[in-house]
Amino acid sequence: MPISRRALASAALVATASFLTVANAQAQTIKVGIVGPFSGPFAHYGTLFKAGAEAYVASQGGKLAGKTVEFIYRDTGGPNPAQTKTLVQELIVKDKVDYLGGFVFTPNAMAVAPLIQQSQTPTVIFNAATSSITEKSEYFVRTSYTLWQVTVPVAQWAAKQGMKKVVTAVTDYGPGIDAEAAFKSEFAKQGGTVVESIRMPLTTTDFGPFVQRIRASGAQAVYAFLPGGPPNLGFVKAYNENGLAKAGIQFLGTAETDEFDLQKFGDAALGLTTAFHYSGAHDSPANKKFVAALKQRDPNAVANYASVGAWDGMYVIHKMIEATGGQRDGAKAIAAARALQWESPRGPVRIDPKTRHIVQNVYLRKVERVGEMLVNKEVQSFGPQADHGLDK
Amino acid sequence: MSTLANILIDGVAYGMVLFVIAVGLSVTLGLMRFVNLSHGAFAMVGGYCAALLTREAQWSFWGAVPVAILATALLGAVLEVLVLRHLYRRKELDQVLFTIGLSFLLIAGTNALVGPQVQLIPLPPVLAGSVDLGFRTLPAQRLLVIGAGLAVAAAAAWTVTRTRFGVWLRAAVDHAGTASALGIPIRTVQCVSFAAGAALAGFGGILGAELMPLEPYYALKYLVLVLVVVAVGGMGSIAGSLAAAVLLGVIETASKYLASDWGNLFFFLAMAALLAWRPNGLLKR
Repeated sequence: MPISRRALASAALVATASFLTVANAQAQTIKVGIVGPFSGPFAHYGTLFKAGAEAYVASQGGKLAGKTVEFIYRDTGGPNPAQTKTLVQELIVKDKVDYLGGFVFTPNAMAVAPLIQQSQTPTVIFNAATSSITEKSEYFVRTSYTLWQVTVPVAQWAAKQGMKKVVTAVTDYGPGIDAEAAFKSEFAKQGGTVVESIRMPLTTTDFGPFVQRIRASGAQAVYAFLPGGPPNLGFVKAYNENGLAKAGIQFLGTAETDEFDLQKFGDAALGLTTAFHYSGAHDSPANKKFVAALKQRDPNAVANYASVGAWDGMYVIHKMIEATGGQRDGAKAIAAARALQWESPRGPVRIDPKTRHIVQNVYLRKVERVGEMLVNKEVQSFGPQADHGLDK
Repeated sequence: MSTLANILIDGVAYGMVLFVIAVGLSVTLGLMRFVNLSHGAFAMVGGYCAALLTREAQWSFWGAVPVAILATALLGAVLEVLVLRHLYRRKELDQVLFTIGLSFLLIAGTNALVGPQVQLIPLPPVLAGSVDLGFRTLPAQRLLVIGAGLAVAAAAAWTVTRTRFGVWLRAAVDHAGTASALGIPIRTVQCVSFAAGAALAGFGGILGAELMPLEPYYALKYLVLVLVVVAVGGMGSIAGSLAAAVLLGVIETASKYLASDWGNLFFFLAMAALLAWRPNGLLKR
């Protein structure tokens, strides 16, 4: 039976109309997939990503560049590259997200590089801190930090203070070894000696023996790297209980005094020296605005590197939406991101056009008590730092 | 020489922490033969109670600890009466599945109620400082753990071997039917023993918190360590658990001083060797 001309025409009309509505709807809402741990031992990262990203959108009046933003959250649990890849594939193919954000763990971020490269999906990394990630796809932009970026300035500072002998004590896994390599190479360049490199097993609970070894080594300072939570706390406790601070062995760290756990340290944390890119106590109008927006969104959220990474990540996505007028154009969006320069809660920052990693001030901080609360008080700025891990 | 002294001091201190955390399990798993994988969860409950009482309610440490231990014992007793007693005669796999499920429940509950952050138990000034040993210092809290560990070991061993209750407990575990026929109140014995095991778990959670800080995943994180101590020490042998904990503690500490690049290898190697040498327990031939 031949199909009547009228039926054919109306079918074509319906098809065109529905195509137009779909295209229209897509232009109206921008979908952003946020990938991170929302359950399990690392769930607080997911909560902070969510609070930081939603606080940013709320601070812009609920719309970015005149477009409504829809967040789609996906839970990776812990470091789980295979599952992350599946989730991101779903986000790209099924949910048709325009942008991706999040990523706490390096292996998870690495795993999605081929997917975002092929689909040309701009992806902003809020946390994962291994230098080489941004090399894996030209659609990666990073608003967190790298271990090299914050470790090199602290090594230079130690040398300038006249320290000749330093011990490194790092947790024996990827980021720890990265931190050890960064400190060693820069400190040697500055004419110092790393007298002993201690690698502590990931499951260590009793840090007493390691701290005794640090004491016996005769070093003037210890550069430490530990993952957040219990190991961190255990190390700092052992450092104090075994009288290292009293013996004049200075503590040098990076993320060890993270605001998330800081209050739990109590007086043990007072005087700890770290070099890092963001302190919740950074004194600037931009930071005050960020902290207020965050607290309004979620009173329990902590202003730290994870929430500020999400906030700045959403700023980058905001500017990419602006540059493309809400259309899907990954190449154009990334070109716009490469040229960005703005005042972040952490201070003046820009995106390095070559590496697509954030260039930012790194600060020397000391833990102090302000009122009831412990804060990381910035005592010196090392000025803008690029990712030294890719420059080497 | 000073390294050797350091290894012994730190090793014994670490071993005693292992022992106080494991002693509750050597009662429930060792003496009662109940595969209790929720031991870590009970330890966590005790620790959280102590942390919340001292920090939030501003109790003194010495007042909060007994109350926290009693609260854990009560939770143990209630769970035993309501649920766990039905599991004594079930297969070991059922016990494993149920108690691990209970752990997950308590992990999620703790996370929802108190949050994912690490909890510390503020120590009184006497314990917060360090003790000068002449050539080095040792945290004062570790001395309390060593003393308390020895006291608990002595008290538990005395109760099990010398008192009427100990006789009842061994009889009830070995042959419940006969024990019951002889007029031993086996339900009371089981319930009290389990509550005592839970209380000891809570006690370990509090005293061990300096090295194993409390957080929701505490319940599963240190379970392997604790199971190793009980397995090497031998089922139902408190003295065996003590010996195993101190021996393994010294071995682990020595590897930290001399060969830390090998990670936990020597700890588990020692476990395998000791189990092969004395499969029924360190102090049993």
